Amino acid sequence: MASVKYSQEHEWISVEGDVGTIGITHYAQEQLGDVVFVDVPKAGRKVAKGEACAVVESVKAASDIYAPASGEVTEANAALADTPGDVNAEPMGKGWFFKLKLSDKSELDGLMDQAAYEAFVKSLG
Amino acid sequence: MTDSPAGPLKRTPLYTLHRELGGRIVPFAGYEMPVQYPTGILAEHAQTRIAAGLFDVSHMGQVRLTGRPGQAAAKALESLVPADIAGLQPGQQRYTQFTNDGGGILDDLMVTSTGDHLLLVVNAACKDADLAHLQKHLAATCEVEPMFSRGLLALQGPLAVQALARLAPQVAGLKFMTGTFIVIDGARCYVTRSGYTGCDGFEISTPADATDAIARKLLAQPEVKPIGLGARDSLRLEAGLCLYGHDIDTTTTPIEAGLLWSIGKERRSQGGFPGAATIQKQIAEGAPRKRVGLLPDGKAIAREGAEIAITGKVVGKVTSGGFAPTLARAIAMGYLERAHSANGTKVELIVRGKSVPAEIVPMPLVKHTYYRG
Repeated sequence: MASVKYSQEHEWISVEGDVGTIGITHYAQEQLGDVVFVDVPKAGRKVAKGEACAVVESVKAASDIYAPASGEVTEANAALADTPGDVNAEPMGKGWFFKLKLSDKSELDGLMDQAAYEAFVKSLG
Repeated sequence: MTDSPAGPLKRTPLYTLHRELGGRIVPFAGYEMPVQYPTGILAEHAQTRIAAGLFDVSHMGQVRLTGRPGQAAAKALESLVPADIAGLQPGQQRYTQFTNDGGGILDDLMVTSTGDHLLLVVNAACKDADLAHLQKHLAATCEVEPMFSRGLLALQGPLAVQALARLAPQVAGLKFMTGTFIVIDGARCYVTRSGYTGCDGFEISTPADATDAIARKLLAQPEVKPIGLGARDSLRLEAGLCLYGHDIDTTTTPIEAGLLWSIGKERRSQGGFPGAATIQKQIAEGAPRKRVGLLPDGKAIAREGAEIAITGKVVGKVTSGGFAPTLARAIAMGYLERAHSANGTKVELIVRGKSVPAEIVPMPLVKHTYYRG
C-alpha cells in the first residue's frame, strides 16, 4: 500500500518501498490552468530535497516543480510530451511527472498527509 | 500580465457577471478581471477562433475629444500621434500611438471619428497618464472628456457578426475599422468592427448601466461564450499584435515595432508629432532593431525576457512568448538587431539556461480574418 504525502508547493509523492512517484495536486493544476508542456528531469539525475527539477508550463506561465525529497530520478513520464493535458485531467494518475529512488526516507516526515494538506489548501482560501 | 498600480482594485460593470460565470478573478491594471472561466484558456481560445467569444474590456480607457469652436479635434490630436487623423471620414477608425519626444511609445490606441467627435480607446494601465497628457496638450483646442465608467465589450470570432446582428442587424454592414452609433437593448452604444484577436469581430462601447444587460443578451446567443484575459493574450500573440508595456513601450519606436503602416503617408514627410525627427530618420535609414516573429523548435516556451542569440552572441530579447493553441506549439515575438532580423534567420532562444533553436518568421503566425467587405 503506497502512502501519499504532500508538500506546501502542492506536489504529491506516492511512496512504495524506496521509490516515490511525484506529481502536482489537483489544487495546483487548477491554479495553473491548461498545462501545455512539462519539462521532466532525465533518469539518472540526482536531486536534492527542495531543488527545482521540473517545469510545468500552462498557457499563462511557467512554474518550477521542487523535489519533495532527495534521490535519483529513475523514470520520467514520457507520455506527458504528447499529452500534457493529463496533468489537468488526472493530476494524481496519468499526469505523474517522475519517479525518484529516495536517498533518505526520513525527509518525508516533514511533508503533510492528506488531511493536513486538505486543511492547508482550505487555509489558502 | 498583472501590472497593478497601488491602491484598491476597481471593478467593471461586469464584475458580478464574471463571478456568476465562475471567472477566476485576478488583479490586472488596477482592476479585478477574469483571467479565465471554468472551461479554461485553451477552450476559450478555440471558442473565439471557431465561433464567438465575449470579452470584458471595460477596464480600457475611453475618451471623447471634441474640438472647441473654430478648432478641429483631429488636427489637434495629430500633434500627439503620427497617424493620419485629419483624413478620417466619419465612422472610420484608425490605430495609432502616443509618441514621446524621443519617438518612444507612451501608449497605443484606437481613434474613431464620429464626425462630431473623436472617440479614443487607450490601455487600462496608461489611461490616467494618457488623460493627463491629452489635457496638458489639447485643453486649449479640445474638450477632453474621460468616459472611464462606460462599458466596453469585445465580441470576437467568425460567428460574432451573426450573433450581434440578431440584436442589431445594422452591424452586418460595418467593415473592419469602421464604427457607428447603434441602439442595443434600448441603450445607445458605439460599435466598431475591430478587435485584438486577429478575427472578425466588434467592440461595443456601452453606457455603464446597460453593460451587464447587453453582455447577458450576447451570452444568450448560441454562438457566444465568455472569454477571459488569458485567451485574449494568446489570441493577440497569434495575431502578432503588440501588448503595451511588453512589446512596445517608451524605449521602442513605432518603426522598431513594425508599425510604420500605421503612420500616415503625408505625416511621414511632414512630421509634426512628438519624436518625429527620430522616427523620420528611422524611416529613411532603418531602425537599429526590429520586432520579429519567432517560431521555436520543440515544445519549450520562450517567454518575455528570454534572450535571443546567434551562435552564442546575444542579439535580442523576447517580449512576448507563449503557447499558440491554434498551432499547438510555442510561438514568440521579440526585438532583434536589424542586421539579424531577416525572415528565415536561425536563432537560439535561451530558456532556463538551455538554448532552444528557433527561426524568424513573418507575423502574424495565425492569419487575420478581418471583414473588409
